[in-house]
Amino acid sequence: MSRQVARGVDTKKISSELFALTYGSIVAQLVNDYEEDDEINKQLDKMGYNIGIRIIEDFLARSGIGRCTDFRETADIISKVAFKMFLGITPVVTNWSSTGDEFSLLIENNPLTEFVELPDNHSQLNYSNIICGAMRGALEMVQLDVSVWFVQDQLKGDNITEIRLKFNKRLEDALPPGED
Amino acid sequence: MTIYNIYIFNRAGTCLYYHEWNRKKRSGMSQEEEFKLMFGMLFSLKSFVSRLSPTDQIQGLSSYRTSQYKLNFYETPSGLKIILNTDFSVGNIKDTLHQLYSQVFVEYVVKNPICDQDQPIKSELFNSKLDEFVKSLPFYPET
Repeated sequence: MSRQVARGVDTKKISSELFALTYGSIVAQLVNDYEEDDEINKQLDKMGYNIGIRIIEDFLARSGIGRCTDFRETADIISKVAFKMFLGITPVVTNWSSTGDEFSLLIENNPLTEFVELPDNHSQLNYSNIICGAMRGALEMVQLDVSVWFVQDQLKGDNITEIRLKFNKRLEDALPPGED
Repeated sequence: MTIYNIYIFNRAGTCLYYHEWNRKKRSGMSQEEEFKLMFGMLFSLKSFVSRLSPTDQIQGLSSYRTSQYKLNFYETPSGLKIILNTDFSVGNIKDTLHQLYSQVFVEYVVKNPICDQDQPIKSELFNSKLDEFVKSLPFYPET
């Protein structure tokens, strides 16, 4: 029963410092393990992806949200519901492309980077790249093929952190091949 | 009132979980074939329902009923499908199936890193929690 008790406490809120520091040590370990910033970015994206494909289920179960009808609705839900639920922030949705298949999320105070300063020799490192992977993975599970990348990063001296999302295509359900 | 059996399919059509409580008749085919038949039927039925619907529909297929039993269907936006066969007199149990998803499946499968989401579920904990959940439902018979 102890499991259940612990679950009662976790009511979706833990210290963001613990989270930020844990994440920081993951990045620090990757910096030790790999030499190239690109490779670190790739590893973070991959870890994010693996988180994303699971976190989507938690999100759907908790929010009870159904299928989105267009990409604008998806953008709204990502910023107002998902970011709020998992990171406690609400990024601004902006810079829509004219075709409506690309937008940016502006993050002013990224909870992951609370204690971080990037050294000069890691100018290519996207410190919070795990977020990109998580969004890509989660959206893939609801049949949206999306590219996600950092455009601006406060850690690199920009005024704001900007993540760009681009809708590529809808993934269709296929009937598994039968034997007959 | 009674609950016969449950199937859980992932998006790719793999049967992640099957369990029966009060099933009285066999399908006369291997379990593997039965899963395929079930998934194929749901796939066709879903497309049938959405094509022939005279109005825009948000939910799509939710159940069908025969004179003997009722098949209750719940699908998440991520494509997970839960099928619970019950007595035909059971009403709309969409909320119950959502609870089953959020309180049992997400908690004990998704949040268990050892459970692969593409493979049949082997977790004993999930098995017992699901059993507990189903047996606590008001339309599970007291025997």
